[in-house]
Amino acid sequence: MTKKRRRMWVLLLCGLGLGSATALTLTAFQDNLVFFRSPSDIAAAAPAPDRAFRLGGLVEAGSVQRETGADGRPTARFTVTDGAHAVHVTYTGVLPDLFREGQGVVTLGKLGPDGVFRASEVLARHDETYMPPEVADALKRSGHWNPSQGAAPPASSWNTLEPRRDGS
Amino acid sequence: MIPELGHFALILALALSLAQAAVGLLGAQRAEARLMGAAPPLATGVLLAIGAAFACLMWSYVVNDTTVANVVQNSHSAKPLLYKLSGTWGNHEGSMLLWVLILALCGGAVAAFGRNLPSALQARVLAVLGLVAAAFLGFILATSNPFQRIWPPPMDGQGLNPILQDPGLAFHPPLLYLGYVGFAVTYAFAVAALIEGRVDAAWGRWVRPWALAAWSFLTLGIALGSWWAYYELGWGGYWFWDPVENASLLPWLAGAALLHSAIVVEKREALKTWTVFLALLAFGMSLLGTFLVRSGVLTSVHAFANDPARGIVILCLLAAFIGGGFLLFAWRAASMAPTGVFAPLSREGALVLNNLLLCSIAAVVLVGTLYPMFADLLLGEKISVGPPFFNTATLPLAAPLIGAMALGPLLPWKRARLAPALLRLWWVALLALGAFLLCLALEGQRIGPALGFAAALWLIAGAAADIADRLALFSRPRAAWSRARGLPRAAWGAALGHAGLGVTILGLAGMGLATDRLAALKPGEAAALAGYEFRLEGVRDVQGPNWTARRATVQVTRDGAPVVVLEPDRRTFPVARMTTTEATIHTTWLADLYVVLGEERDGAAILRLHHNPLAPWIWLGAAVMALGGGLSLSDRRMRVAAPAAKLAMKGARA
Repeated sequence: MTKKRRRMWVLLLCGLGLGSATALTLTAFQDNLVFFRSPSDIAAAAPAPDRAFRLGGLVEAGSVQRETGADGRPTARFTVTDGAHAVHVTYTGVLPDLFREGQGVVTLGKLGPDGVFRASEVLARHDETYMPPEVADALKRSGHWNPSQGAAPPASSWNTLEPRRDGS
Repeated sequence: MIPELGHFALILALALSLAQAAVGLLGAQRAEARLMGAAPPLATGVLLAIGAAFACLMWSYVVNDTTVANVVQNSHSAKPLLYKLSGTWGNHEGSMLLWVLILALCGGAVAAFGRNLPSALQARVLAVLGLVAAAFLGFILATSNPFQRIWPPPMDGQGLNPILQDPGLAFHPPLLYLGYVGFAVTYAFAVAALIEGRVDAAWGRWVRPWALAAWSFLTLGIALGSWWAYYELGWGGYWFWDPVENASLLPWLAGAALLHSAIVVEKREALKTWTVFLALLAFGMSLLGTFLVRSGVLTSVHAFANDPARGIVILCLLAAFIGGGFLLFAWRAASMAPTGVFAPLSREGALVLNNLLLCSIAAVVLVGTLYPMFADLLLGEKISVGPPFFNTATLPLAAPLIGAMALGPLLPWKRARLAPALLRLWWVALLALGAFLLCLALEGQRIGPALGFAAALWLIAGAAADIADRLALFSRPRAAWSRARGLPRAAWGAALGHAGLGVTILGLAGMGLATDRLAALKPGEAAALAGYEFRLEGVRDVQGPNWTARRATVQVTRDGAPVVVLEPDRRTFPVARMTTTEATIHTTWLADLYVVLGEERDGAAILRLHHNPLAPWIWLGAAVMALGGGLSLSDRRMRVAAPAAKLAMKGARA
């Protein structure tokens, strides 16, 4: 085997490896990227019903209802809001320890045809004071919260408040 | 007083490591034996100074010195002693100190055991290690000083995050860091080789044990972390493709590639540039991992401690060391001409394929881990990349890797034919096919787990076939015992390492068949899962050292016969104002029964029940892999550098 042929082999193999890695990454990206949507985003343009995405916002105070389903599985219904809009969510399973009304939450799931978000996962962080960055961003965009002015306003008041346009 | 001593020791270590770098580089450049000879004692000095600093910090934790800000933020007098000790590295400042301590240990080891290295090479390696140590010591002193005082001292500390108060996690960071930092040594060897412009078999012989040791520790560290996530986070999962987990997987993949290509350098003096590149890459991935974990740039379930300002400094260090390494590589790599020639189909060829696939997997994981960050920065899109992405993108690359893994060790060096090797594996293939069909027959249309079982058996039996072949177990069984004793430990280690991965895959395949259910049970009610019946006997209050808990008693029966009583907790930590769930696990080695207590309402407790077949084998396999690495390390060849005398003369001239 000459040096030249060997180099060709190496180049060919490297190209093959890199090529297949790129192709795999791109195809996997196409189907599996999970976007973050706030309730206002969903009101503006509803995502496709078969596509999973992450919905984040604050859990509206007084909206959490817990019930036991027909098969004995615990189900929770609550509303996720970013102030301007709200989305109803159902989730079957054990809610995380830090799931509270009025706190930031990120849920993963799909939007049903009835406009109810069916969550397969609910993430609340390990820290009480933690605000998921996506949620903080969504709240800022909806004009409801300027972090420099202090903590987020209580979630219960959000759907009744006019969006504040002054602070940004 | 003690914290000030620690602070002083850190500054001393910084000065000494700078001296170590200067003396080593200058001495090797000018071939001055006296300067070069000063590098090893300086490395020992750095080790002593950092060791003293670390001991001071640990002392502050043990006596709960509330005038030290780091202790106040992360400890509490009511914490058990083990967690006071492990609390030393359970936070940003302390873990960075642990990082440099392990780096200093590596430097000390090179100084102590590297006497038979060519002196110029040793001096340069120590110099590069000194530079890395100086950079990180500077980082610690400038941005994250663990000895910062606080005045007036508060009554008591704020406590350690309760989910970190766990024996598994107490030892997770040291093991992981041993792995990360071990690659600093291979990096130093690579940079030294680039400066000298020479890579030979002796270099490969030196790099390989370090790569092996680092990789073995990393394997253990990752396994411990994954095990901890499994039993402590209470989600019943073991790997979430979380950015922080990926950050430790990346150096593991690069390190696995490195230790395989170092074999080719050592045995055949080929793939030299490639091996140097991998050594740079492995440490780059380690630094990237440190950066990802320590800077908090990524949204992660692990986000415990983070501060973006520190991230920028680590990013600069990352850029300097990796950018510098690769610049040097681009400039000097051409000078290292390969001497060994081999056919594409040979042991070398198989190892090249291994490297290629491992690096491709690493590239895919890297892109998936970093893409959300770049999408956020450049496109303003909030995106997350979850397990489905990583599974679809890495499994097609892992499949040929596993396929070639059993075949590679059976191929001879230089030039091979496929048919004889395949012939020796026919019974292995038959076994794998049998496992595949059996799983399909028993579990229905579950292609994934069935493929997993086939892959696992292929690897385990393949490793056995390799050993049997070397012992000539079937052709001359009488001589097998004496041959077994004569077989180098590296061969046993390699077979064990490959079989260990098989065991892990066995566990993964078993977990593919896991089932779980949620049940809201009142005392006396029962739920069935996987042939077991789980009866809730009651829920009561329990008082722990620094927590209170609700504890459920669950009687598990199978066909009426009692199996075990499980008592999952739901703990409340008043100091940290946090609640955690403590899963209880009963393992039969064939399966785990895993019960988590959720919230209680209307007199019923919500229980999450899991049946996880073969789950313990995932971590057992990792232990076997690390054991294989250790066995390889104990090989005589790794300790005795035969051509050292001849090389030392050449080294002195270089």
